[in-house]
Amino acid sequence: MVDLIVNGKLLKLDAPPDMPLLWTLRDLARVTGPKYGCGRGLCGACTVHLDGTPVRSCITPVSAATGKQVTTVEGVGDDRVGRAVQTAWRDLNVVQCGYCQSGQIMSAIALLRGNHRPSDADIDAAMTGNVCRCATYVRIRAAIHRAAQALAA
Amino acid sequence: MNILERLESAPAGAPVDVRIENVSRRRFLQQTGGLALGLYLSPLLTACGRNAPGDATRAVDFEPDAFVRVGTDDSVTVIAKHLEMGQGTYTGLATLIAEELDADWPQVKVIGAPADAARYKNLVFGSQGTGGSTAMRECFEQMREAGAAARAMLVAAAAERWNVPAATIVVDNGVVRHPPTQRRARFGELAEAAASQPVPKRVRLKSPGEFKLIGRQMLPRKDNDKTDGSAIYTQDLHLPDMLVAVVAHPPRFWAQVKNVDDGKARSMPDVAAVVQFQGQPGAFNGGVAVLACHTWAAWQARDALQVEWDDTHAFKLGSREIFARYRELAQKPGLVARDDGDAEGALAGKNVARIIEAEYEFPYLAHASMEPLNCVVKLGDGSCEIWNGEQLQTNDQDAVAALLGIAPDKVTIHQLYAGGSFGRRGNPHADYVLEAVSIAKGARAQGIQAPVKLVWTREDDTRGGYYRPAFVHVVRAALDRQGRALAWRQRLVGQSIRRGTAFEKSIKNGIDNSSVEGASDLPYAIPNLRVELHTPDDITVPVQWWRSVGHTHTAYSTECMIDELAQAAGQDPYRFRRALLANQPHHRAVLDLAATKAGWERPLEPGTKDERRGRGIAVHQSFHTYVAEVAEVTVRPNGSFKVDRVVCAVDCGLAINPDVVRAQMEGGIGYGLSAALLDAITLEDGVVQQSNFDRYPPLRMNQMPAVEVHIVPSAEHPTGVGEPGVPPSAPAVANALAAATGQRLRKLPFDTAALKKT
Repeated sequence: MVDLIVNGKLLKLDAPPDMPLLWTLRDLARVTGPKYGCGRGLCGACTVHLDGTPVRSCITPVSAATGKQVTTVEGVGDDRVGRAVQTAWRDLNVVQCGYCQSGQIMSAIALLRGNHRPSDADIDAAMTGNVCRCATYVRIRAAIHRAAQALAA
Repeated sequence: MNILERLESAPAGAPVDVRIENVSRRRFLQQTGGLALGLYLSPLLTACGRNAPGDATRAVDFEPDAFVRVGTDDSVTVIAKHLEMGQGTYTGLATLIAEELDADWPQVKVIGAPADAARYKNLVFGSQGTGGSTAMRECFEQMREAGAAARAMLVAAAAERWNVPAATIVVDNGVVRHPPTQRRARFGELAEAAASQPVPKRVRLKSPGEFKLIGRQMLPRKDNDKTDGSAIYTQDLHLPDMLVAVVAHPPRFWAQVKNVDDGKARSMPDVAAVVQFQGQPGAFNGGVAVLACHTWAAWQARDALQVEWDDTHAFKLGSREIFARYRELAQKPGLVARDDGDAEGALAGKNVARIIEAEYEFPYLAHASMEPLNCVVKLGDGSCEIWNGEQLQTNDQDAVAALLGIAPDKVTIHQLYAGGSFGRRGNPHADYVLEAVSIAKGARAQGIQAPVKLVWTREDDTRGGYYRPAFVHVVRAALDRQGRALAWRQRLVGQSIRRGTAFEKSIKNGIDNSSVEGASDLPYAIPNLRVELHTPDDITVPVQWWRSVGHTHTAYSTECMIDELAQAAGQDPYRFRRALLANQPHHRAVLDLAATKAGWERPLEPGTKDERRGRGIAVHQSFHTYVAEVAEVTVRPNGSFKVDRVVCAVDCGLAINPDVVRAQMEGGIGYGLSAALLDAITLEDGVVQQSNFDRYPPLRMNQMPAVEVHIVPSAEHPTGVGEPGVPPSAPAVANALAAATGQRLRKLPFDTAALKKT
């Protein structure tokens, strides 16, 4: 059994220590916002925060998350930055198939927490690990700028 | 804890409440003129290992037809017959219904329709399914009529209640009003009374001047639940007792299982069963599935299987051999897809001033949707229930029914979001659906009744076949002494997508149109034009439609060759095209708009000292939609380059949701660029060489150009936008690279070494 704090709730889960955090979240905790895309940390669809730091949960063993705050896209709506990012995503109609967007949003939130006015180059650096096959990149970029503006207001 | 105990124990986590509204279970009280009135029982299935809570409340809702339901809670539910896979169809269908219903946009929600061709067939296909950029084209009247009928019945109910003439009642934003008496009612208050009104036989539809939602800018999408983790894809579905299946697939297409040692896999924790299943050569591959109570356990145990494969009937060639064969075939005459004038005679004639011949090579391409393929199946006695991001309902019902020996209407399909598809989920052989059903069938034979979720890993998805077919084109074209295009002979060589499928009947005289579309209907006024096709039968790599299908390769060869002709004639590539499109007003309109908005007449800003910059143009019609794109590139000394900007003009008839149109152009451009810049599926000895995003790299944020989309104002019937943004992007960039470097790239993906500064 592992103890995991997911979106503020303590969960006791019957997961082997080497089970990736992604599958622990999805199949045992039934928190399905983080998505499986590649299983090798190549696409970012599984991005969650561990104590506020974005990680690829598909290559993070659950044992590395015990005792830390795990935050998924389901848990950011009450957070100021999280809400600004989700609102910008909706206002600009960013999503298409949407499967990568949980990860995109988690990476964008982490970027904006550390950088209040990211440049296009900053966005490239922070977001290039998150793949979108629908190529919504133009809007992701615009939504990050918009969220930054909203947060500065 | 054994598996069953674990599955029955309530999950500890923040629960994701999976509500699947099963529209197929509605009871119908009355049928009139194809529209049905119904009493809606709200049956809810809840997941997460628990049975449904007691919230299946009875509500008398108003459901005038198969496409819209007005709840007593004031909700308007649109039942979408098309799959939402990112292309915006839920938003589009809701717009059409809400427009005529005069609903309040936020009160409208959308759910997916079940498989039921009698009610939900695609009017273009004649069966139920999504594809070919058909949704708005085929639904434009049908959905508006559905909305207008619902509106008329709400109005009739209000007229009766208030005892006033219906003609004096107005409706807007979800409110029915009688201005003279200032009476008003929300839809929900009238829903029950509306349900007993006769369904109108005829409805009046709005004229375009009356549209409030159609054409409105930035209408919020109806799938914004994708921003908070609450949207449910097949990958997210959990049914009580469900087992997850991960499969050992053959390394070569159509190999068979010879021997399995599953001892280790069976002994691993949480593993419930190992199921060996037969494929159907040419349709889907057999393999060995491990069923476990969660994905990770199934995946690990799958990797512990020792499988020996029988390669007797396997496909064993490599890409090099395939292309060598294709190049050889391209030297010989093929079946004729178009024949204007006398191309051979003109090419050999006296009027020829210049001949250009070019050979183009296009690799196999994987769709590589973000959500790898998956499918949930629950078998009953003589029945089968499927949950899927379902693209071809009727086709898949028929295939599953044939496999199980049951009637197609015993195959229930529940619609979920698809995390991309780009064509892949609409497999004409129903490949992954049949695989899932075969596994569930094999499990049932072992006494396992549980629902099964088949999950492909990214590696399975990349190597699982059903690619955009590889093609070789050879184009031989001539200019006359006045610099005019005189003759064009194009030969295409590649596998047919439709041959051997239920869609085969559309093949005429041996020509599968999906192999030649975009070339056989070349719009340029060239007096001597011949297009020929070779369809090799002995290459059995599984192939399928891939976002914009034949246009993925024909737009490239034709738009690059026309550019070469312009250059050879010493003419501006935009004006050269324009002159040849004198009788093609739609092509011309998008070409002009893209050129104007891109500032074609102004010189491109130069780069730094070492950089070479270039601008290229391409125009192409696919799926009745016309798109022109102007690309600007900057090439570095080592040959690497950046696509800086793409300016796009699109004519899709009346733009129902301008923002969805723009989004699909942006996405289509990115999807086309990914293939042009980065991607190829290659085979060696029949084994696919790529497996994950490291060797099949998707376009990333830092590679995406700025994109500007301009929509041609139009009152013509709407056409589709999911696919047509893709075809012009690669040739526009190739033509820009040629303008910058003088190098014509004729093989995809681009080899940047050729662009190195010498």
